[in-house]
Amino acid sequence: MAELTIGFLPLVDACLPILAREHGFAEAEGLSLSLVRDMSWATVLDRLLYGHSDAAHLIAPLAIATTLGRGRPAQPLSVPFVLGLNGNAVTLRQELADLVCKPGRLGDPRIVGTALGAVVKMRASEGKRLRFGVVHRYSSHNYMLRYWLAASGIRPDHDVEIVTVAPPFCADALDAGEVDGICVGEPWNSVAVERGAGRIVLATAQIWRRGVEKVLALREARLEERRGDVEALIRALIAAARHFVDPGNWDANAAILARPEYLDGSAELIRRAIADRLTLERGSAPIHYADFMFQYREAANFPWVSQAEWLYSQMARWERTPIVAEEAGKVAGVFRPDVYRSALLGSAEPLPGASSKVEGSLAGPTPVGTQQGVMTLESNRFFDGLSFDPHDLTGYLARLP
Amino acid sequence: MQHDALHKASMRIAIVDESASRAAVIHEGLAAFDDCEIFVLTQRNGLVARIEKIAPDIVLIDLGNPSRDVLEEYFAVSRAVARPIAMFVDQSDEAALAASIDAGVSSYVVDGLAPHRIRPILDLAVRRFNAFARLQTDLAEAQGKLAERDAVDRAKRILMDSRRITEPEAYAELRKTAMNQGRRIAEIAEAVVTAHKLMGGA
Repeated sequence: MAELTIGFLPLVDACLPILAREHGFAEAEGLSLSLVRDMSWATVLDRLLYGHSDAAHLIAPLAIATTLGRGRPAQPLSVPFVLGLNGNAVTLRQELADLVCKPGRLGDPRIVGTALGAVVKMRASEGKRLRFGVVHRYSSHNYMLRYWLAASGIRPDHDVEIVTVAPPFCADALDAGEVDGICVGEPWNSVAVERGAGRIVLATAQIWRRGVEKVLALREARLEERRGDVEALIRALIAAARHFVDPGNWDANAAILARPEYLDGSAELIRRAIADRLTLERGSAPIHYADFMFQYREAANFPWVSQAEWLYSQMARWERTPIVAEEAGKVAGVFRPDVYRSALLGSAEPLPGASSKVEGSLAGPTPVGTQQGVMTLESNRFFDGLSFDPHDLTGYLARLP
Repeated sequence: MQHDALHKASMRIAIVDESASRAAVIHEGLAAFDDCEIFVLTQRNGLVARIEKIAPDIVLIDLGNPSRDVLEEYFAVSRAVARPIAMFVDQSDEAALAASIDAGVSSYVVDGLAPHRIRPILDLAVRRFNAFARLQTDLAEAQGKLAERDAVDRAKRILMDSRRITEPEAYAELRKTAMNQGRRIAEIAEAVVTAHKLMGGA
């Protein structure tokens, strides 16, 4: 049996590799999976780059930054599979939440953004800035939060401060007032809520309805060496994704993910996230927000090249670097729809015919062309109504605030 | 408080490790270098502020530390504002980097520090990390052996009480079963203890 080692961080969206192993989907594909848990993305990445792991559960922008050599020497990574879309939330300290969002339900990103803008102005007159924590500078959390703030007239880095906080410390940081808000994945928002450290006001799926989140990343060279095994892994992960979204499996899967060797957390909180349920405030009843996590439907795991390019546009936007054609070309090569397609050819999974799409262009259910199966994509809107055409990165950035 | 690391007499080394005992092992090793000032940080609270104050030339941090991303973020920002910190010492030396990742330590070094001054320190950190890991393995093994001996003693006692046999007979029984099943005596003993518990024994 071929062996593959996969690194992960203890987050609910590490679910697919864990379930592929636990339910025997990997074994059925002739794979023996070892999973290595770490406590920082830096270490997950180090293990990937130095061969301790073959693949990693990784924040998507970090795969792109690593390929481009941002922050460390360039190493080309490949992403043949998306582990999930969204699943993050914005949690604010109670007193701030009370100023910007009515209790009892998730806020409207426009209304909360406007109200937050007023608070930011008020603070500025006192010479103070709100501070937000994100899990990594190369994370979708960072880019989603910044997208929302900027579209709400709040300039990140000027009007507010954005710092990195490790997920396990997010609740502490809110509680201690080190940050006024966090944008983090589950179960860490819920942990903060349970501790009374804050209130969840937005899900990132409200900012971009179909935003790319974690990916399966490999070194490009490793992907080529182990191409057959990687394709087997993709089939095992798809089987795990199908299992993950079936309500009949939620209790069992939450119990598995909660184990000490995986998330080492509360099965109850994990089950809530899996079921798209969120307890916004300590002591209140959970609400349901459809597609809070998005792990399978609509070929969610297909690595759309346009998603990688959107992330690159945001990297350029916030690092204030120009869009460079050569870099954009490298970025487009990170996501590997070709590998995804060849792994699933002949299966029942829909395979999109295109590799890129205009992100944010669909307001409602739209049938799309496939080379296999049928597929209807639902709304993939950004909350401000703008759409992203990957053919015009510079033009897109010029339209953004 | 910017200063020139190149011409400074003593090097300032920060060890960031939530395991105080491992940090002590590293500290002790580094104390052998007489041109080093060593700072140990085991608390995550205020970590970045303390690092900023210490202004280290070298930061050693264990791979299991959840604060790594926070530190890297700080280094990335500090590159622009104050003391430039490179994530890696010598990018050409892949083997040294791999060895340090294997040992479980990562290092960050101020830009421009001479390689001949850094290498001995990093090599020593790697050796000490490895030594500490071996110590822990030995300890775990010793503890495992103790637990096994305890299980065997308890299994013997159960057999002696329930079947009214002597201690050597009870041990022979465990050993025979283990041999027949191709398993270790400790495993059979654990099975006996578990079965006894399930049957309502204390």
